Amino acid sequence: MNLDYSQFLMMPQELGLLAVFLLVFLYDTFMPKSTQKGLPLFATIAFGIYMILGFLPVNEGLIFGDMFQADKATWAIKNILNIGTFIVLLQAVKWANSDFVSIRRGEFYELILLTLFGMYLMISARHFLLFVIGLETASLPLATLVAFEKKHYESHEAAAKYVLTAVFSSAIMLMGLSFVYALSGGNLYFNQLATYLMGEPSLLLVLALAFFIAGVGFKLSLVPFHLWTADVYQGAPTMVTSYLSVISKGSAAFAFFIILVQVFGSAYADVWQWMLYAVIIITITVGNLFAIRQRNLKRFLAFSSISQAGYIMLGVIAANAVGMASMMYYILVYIFSNLAAFGVIAVIERYTGKVTTDDYNGLFKTNPWLAFVMMLAMFSLGGIPPFAGFFSKFFIFVGAAQTGSVAIYVLVLIALINTIISLYYYLLVVKAMFIRQDECAIPTLKSHWTEKAGLWICTLGIILIGLISCIYTSLSGITASLSDVFAMI
Amino acid sequence: MEIFSNILIYFVIIPVLTLAGLALTKNKGIDAIRAVAVTGATALVCLAIYLVYIFLKARGLGNTDPMILRSDVTWYAPLNIKLALGVDGVSVVMILLSAFIVFAGVFASWKMDPLPKQFFLWFFLLSTGVFGFFISVDLFTMFMFYEVALIPMYLLIGVWGSGNKTYSAMKLTLMLMGGSAFLMLGIIGIYFHSSPEGQPLTMNLLEIAQKDAIPHDWQYYLFPLTFVGFGVLGAMFPFHTWSPDGHASAPTAVSMLHAGVLMKLGGYGCFRIAIYLMPFAAQQMGWIFLTLTGISIVYGAFSACVQTDLKYINAYSSVSHCGMVLFAILMFNSTAMTGAVLQMLSHGLMTALFFALIGMIYGRTHTRDIREMGGLMHIMPYLGVGYVIAGFASLGLPGLSGFVAEMTIFVGSFEHQDMFHRVLTIAATTSIVITAVYILRVVGKLLYGAVQDKHHEMLTDAEPTERISTATLIICVAIIGCFPNFFINIIRDSFDPVVKALTSVM
Repeated sequence: MNLDYSQFLMMPQELGLLAVFLLVFLYDTFMPKSTQKGLPLFATIAFGIYMILGFLPVNEGLIFGDMFQADKATWAIKNILNIGTFIVLLQAVKWANSDFVSIRRGEFYELILLTLFGMYLMISARHFLLFVIGLETASLPLATLVAFEKKHYESHEAAAKYVLTAVFSSAIMLMGLSFVYALSGGNLYFNQLATYLMGEPSLLLVLALAFFIAGVGFKLSLVPFHLWTADVYQGAPTMVTSYLSVISKGSAAFAFFIILVQVFGSAYADVWQWMLYAVIIITITVGNLFAIRQRNLKRFLAFSSISQAGYIMLGVIAANAVGMASMMYYILVYIFSNLAAFGVIAVIERYTGKVTTDDYNGLFKTNPWLAFVMMLAMFSLGGIPPFAGFFSKFFIFVGAAQTGSVAIYVLVLIALINTIISLYYYLLVVKAMFIRQDECAIPTLKSHWTEKAGLWICTLGIILIGLISCIYTSLSGITASLSDVFAMI
Repeated sequence: MEIFSNILIYFVIIPVLTLAGLALTKNKGIDAIRAVAVTGATALVCLAIYLVYIFLKARGLGNTDPMILRSDVTWYAPLNIKLALGVDGVSVVMILLSAFIVFAGVFASWKMDPLPKQFFLWFFLLSTGVFGFFISVDLFTMFMFYEVALIPMYLLIGVWGSGNKTYSAMKLTLMLMGGSAFLMLGIIGIYFHSSPEGQPLTMNLLEIAQKDAIPHDWQYYLFPLTFVGFGVLGAMFPFHTWSPDGHASAPTAVSMLHAGVLMKLGGYGCFRIAIYLMPFAAQQMGWIFLTLTGISIVYGAFSACVQTDLKYINAYSSVSHCGMVLFAILMFNSTAMTGAVLQMLSHGLMTALFFALIGMIYGRTHTRDIREMGGLMHIMPYLGVGYVIAGFASLGLPGLSGFVAEMTIFVGSFEHQDMFHRVLTIAATTSIVITAVYILRVVGKLLYGAVQDKHHEMLTDAEPTERISTATLIICVAIIGCFPNFFINIIRDSFDPVVKALTSVM
C-alpha cells in the first residue's frame, strides 16, 4: 500500500509541534554550553510562535485509513491546550534555570512537548489503537517529569505512585477494550463500532464500559480512582503539577467525550450515563469535602481539581452539542484559573519554599499583586461573576440541563450545592491573604518578568473570557456542526 | 453602538468608571480617592433623578408599555442571552433609593481606615451589581449582577468589619450564595420551559411572562427554588440568620448599603421573577411562604426587644420589616404590593439612617451596648435627634415614611377575602406595637436617662460630612412620609401585569 504523503498536510498542528520539539532538541544537543541558559526562553518563544500559527484554519477530514480525525473541534481543543502549555512554559523559564534543575532543563521542555503530542493523538484518534498510543505517549513521560526534582524525596515517591497508577489504569482500560474488540469481531474504528454495538445489550459490554470509565477515570482523577492525585500533585515540581492538573485533564476529558458519545452513544447511552451520574456526584462531593481540610495549597488544589473534573464531566453526561461546547469552554477557563493559582504558588514556593495556607496570612500587605491574582483565581474557580468561572459553570449546567430529565436537574442541584462548599474553601485562601494578619508574612517578592507575564495572561483571561462572548459563541458553532459525533445519540 | 443611547446603561457605566478611577489613584492619596468616590456617587444621584423625570414624562405622554427604555443587545447568542435593559415604576424607585444610599454611604465612610482605596473599590463593585440588577430584564444578566453585588460583602465585612467579623462574613456569604445556587437552578429551569414546544427559548422575562408557557407541574419546583433563592436575601424566616451577624460585624457604610439596598434585591426578585413568571404556583404555594414571612415579621420584632447591641436590634428590626415586604407581595393585590414597594423605600432609607447613626455613635463611644450608654441626647443633640426621627419612622409615626408604607400594606392585606390571609394579617399587625416597644426602649435608655460613662461627657457632635450623610436620609424619609402620592404615581401601573397574571390562574 502506498502512503499518500499529502495526508500529512491535514495535520499541521502535529507537524508544527514536532518542529518545535526538534528545534528544542537540536538546541539542547548541539548548542554550546554557554548558550544553554537561553534554552527555556528559546523553547517558550518557539512554542509561542507555533501557538499563534496554530490558530490558522485547518482542513477537515479523516486520514490514515480513517484513524485520524481533523476537524474544527479537535483544532479548537488543541489550541486551547496550546494556550495552557504556553503559559506553563512561560512560568517555568525561571524555574528551569534554577540550580537543581538546570542540568536537565532541555529534557523538561522536550518531555512536555512530547506529552502534548500524545494528547494531540488522543484527541484526534478515531480508532482505539491510536487512542491508546496517544494516551500512553501522554502519560508515561509525565512520570519522568513528576520525578524531575531529583534531590527531593517526595518527587520520587510521587513519580512512583504516578507510574504505577498510570500503568495499572491503562491495563484496566485495555482489558475493557479487549472485550469491545471481541464483541465487534476485531473492529476498533469509532464510527463503525457504533453499528456493531447496536443489538442486544450484553453484560460483557457493560463490563467493558465500566473498565473503560475506570481507566480514563484514573487519568481524570475521578473518585473513586483519585487516590494518587493529592500525593502526586504535592510531590511533583509545581510547574509539572500545573501542567498535569489542566492540560492532561483537559485532553483526556475531550477524548472521553468523543468515545462515550460516538462509540457508546447508541445502545449504551443509558448505561454509561448512569455510571457517570454516580461518579460525578461522588467526585464533586468527595473532592470538595477533602479540600476543606487541606493546609498544603498544592494538595488543596489537587482536591479542588478533583471536584472541578466532576464539573467537567457534567458536559460529558449531557452528550449534546451544548454540553460539548460548554465543556471545552470550561476547560479553557479552568486553564486560566488554575494556572493563575499555580503560578502564584510557584513564585512564592520558589522564593520562600512556603506552600501552606497559613504562610499566606497577610500576603496582601506585602505582595498585593500576587494576592490579587490569587484572589481572582479563587473567585473564578468558585464561580463568582463577573469572572470567567461563573460563565463556564453556568454554561455547563445549562448543557447538562438541556437533556431535560428530572434526574439531571437533581444532579445539577447537587453540583450547585457543592459550589457553595467549594466557595467556602476558596474563600479560606482569600481570608488568609486579605483578612488575617501576620507579623512574619512572606516578604515582598520581585518575580521574574516571565512569571509576571504568565500571571498577566491568566488575569486577562479570567477577567475577559466571560465578558467577551465570541469565544463561547464560536465554540458552540463548531460543536453544533459535528454531525458525525452526535450521529448515534 | 445603539445601547449607549439608552440612559439605563450609564447606571452600570458610571460605577465601572468610578472603579477605574479609583484603581488609578494612589493608596495614600486619600483626597483623590474621596473626590473620585463622591463624583461617582453624585453622578449616580443626578442620573437617578433624571431617570424619574424621564419616566414620569413618558407615562404622562401615555406610554403604557410594561417596561420603558427597552433595548436589547445580544450577548451570548447560542443561549439567547441578551443584555436586555428596561425599567418600570418599581425599578425606577429602587434605582432612586440605591443612588441616594450609595451617596450617603460614601459620606458615612469618609474616614475609612485602613485601605480606603480598596474599600471604595469593593463598595462600587457592589453598587455596580445593584444597579445592574435593577436595570436588567434578562434572567441571566439579572442573576449575574445579583451575584456581583453579593461577593464584595465578604471582603467588606471581613476586612473592615468589627467583632466576630470573619465568622459573620463567611456565614453571610455562604448563606446568600446558597440561596443563589437554588436561584441558578430555578433560572435554568425557567429558561428550558420558557417557550411552548418548537419555539426558540428565551431568557427575557417580559417574553417569558407574555408566553406564559411554563408547565404547571414544573412551576411547583421552580417557584420554591426562585422564591427561596431570593427570600434568603430578603431575610425570610428561617433563612434570616445571616442578617443579624452580618449587620453587626459590617462597617457602617456596608450595613447601610446592605440593609438599605441589598436586601431589597430579594424582595424585588421575588416579585419580578418568582411571582411574575410563575403565577400558578404562586397562587397554589403562596400560603407556605406567607406563613414563613408572617413568622419573620413577629419573630424579628420580638427578637429585637431582647437585644442589647444597637446593631443587633436594628438587624432584627430589619428582619421584621423586610418580612413585611415579602408578606405584602404575597397578598397578590396591587394595594398591598404598592405598600411593599413603599416599605422597601422606607425601610431602605430609615435603616440606612439607623446604621449611619449607630456607626457615628460607636465611633465616639466605642461601644454599641445600650447598657453602657445613656443621656447622649444632651451630649450630641444632632445625632440624638436623628436617632429619634429614625425611630419614629420605624414605628410608623404619621408624617414619616414608615406610616405610609405599613398602613398601605395592612389595608391591602386585609382586602384579601380569604380568612387565612386575614388572620395572618391581624397577627402581623401586632408587630407595630412590638416595634414601638423596642424603639422606645432604646431611645429612652440611649438618649435620655443618666450618663453611664463620664468619659462620654467629652464627646462631640456630628461633623459636616456626617451631617450631609444623615440629613440626606432624613429629608428623604420625610419626603416619602409627606408626599407618598408622588411615589405611588410612579409605581402604581407596574403591578397591573402581575396582578392580571395572578387573577387569570385563579
